[in-house]
Amino acid sequence: MMNKPKIRIATTSLAGCFGCHMSFLDMDERLVALLEQVELNRSPLTDIKHCGPCDIGLIEGGVCNAENVHVLREFRDNCKILIAVGACAINGGVPSMRNHFTLRECLIETYVNGVGVENPQIPVDVELPLLLDKVHPIHDIVRVDYYLPGCPPSPDEFLQVLGALLEGKEPALPKKLIHYD
Amino acid sequence: MKTAATQNTLTIDGQEIPFHDGQTIMDAALAAGVYIPHLCHRPGLTPHGSCKLCTVEINGKNASACTLPAASGQQVSNNTPALNEVRKTITQMLFIEGNHICPSCEKTGNCTLQAVARHLGMLDGHFPQFFPRREVDASHATVMLDRDRCILCELCVRASREIDGKNVFAIAGRGIEAHLIVNSASGKLADSDLETGDMAAHICPVGAILIKQHGYEVPIGMRTFDLHQVGEVGLEQVVLSKTKHHDE
Repeated sequence: MMNKPKIRIATTSLAGCFGCHMSFLDMDERLVALLEQVELNRSPLTDIKHCGPCDIGLIEGGVCNAENVHVLREFRDNCKILIAVGACAINGGVPSMRNHFTLRECLIETYVNGVGVENPQIPVDVELPLLLDKVHPIHDIVRVDYYLPGCPPSPDEFLQVLGALLEGKEPALPKKLIHYD
Repeated sequence: MKTAATQNTLTIDGQEIPFHDGQTIMDAALAAGVYIPHLCHRPGLTPHGSCKLCTVEINGKNASACTLPAASGQQVSNNTPALNEVRKTITQMLFIEGNHICPSCEKTGNCTLQAVARHLGMLDGHFPQFFPRREVDASHATVMLDRDRCILCELCVRASREIDGKNVFAIAGRGIEAHLIVNSASGKLADSDLETGDMAAHICPVGAILIKQHGYEVPIGMRTFDLHQVGEVGLEQVVLSKTKHHDE
């Protein structure tokens, strides 16, 4: 019997905390069965640095700096299906709470007036991605195919949506799995 | 002239519902255990008709169930895909107009806005986020006012006037400028006559008005809407009693 080509999935965390990735890993032994059908492309789990052509891209986190924009666009260009994973990707989440303040206020609070800061200075280096004025949900930048809410989405949510996509079905979340916290 | 008021009936989604003269469609529905999604309505307070989530179709026309008097022979459509889609859109607009960051909000799990959104299957905000800058009022010793989460339902306004016999809150401004104001010389809660035991301090369906020093007493996962569906009729009492603490 011919082996079916594996579904290629890429994942990334933009302005997120990697909590969604941890929840993805919390599929635990169910990952074994999933990996029979799936191979990972760019992901913090593989350390592949650039996204190649993929079937599914999972984006954790919102968009807070220029690098996030580049990475997000690379995913959109390469992934047939792009999924916003978790509260931050969907509405900016906790990082977007800085949108109440100017960027300058945030930098001064953190690097100049922050508790325990020695040699206070606002970091400036060409290696550092420039921060955006505001934190954005990813659908402000690219088209998004599906949304997986939660902080983080539960492993069951990942399974529900990925399982449906692997079977070629339209993914749908039962209401009991929907949560925003 | 009508003599037996209880003989009045209307139908909601084909189900026959009795009503008394003076009841609204919402009153009749709640009494019969039929859920019509709503946020700005609370039995016992004057109906407000502002959130429009309870929009139903009556004999082909849309109206707010919480304000429209029940009348004999009304054919009401409530739980239809079309109405629920509109309700979901209204809910999405409520989310994106304010700053509703559920993971950082103490109200999560007890929040009716969140529970309604889940009931309607909301997955995202759909529209661009407004990220408005709104004033937080932490001046009061026991009550916190975070306008980021206010949905302008006026439940606190009505509870203060109609139940507490005070007049602590009001809505000022119009359209996108509309915001909750506090009736005191300084405009601060600390200088108002709001007290912890007031219904106005407990009735907020979102996390805009919170009681201080009782955060996270009920763990996430054990909260009202972790244990109940928003469609359960009579839940208002559960929500209120759970947010009230035994030593208050």
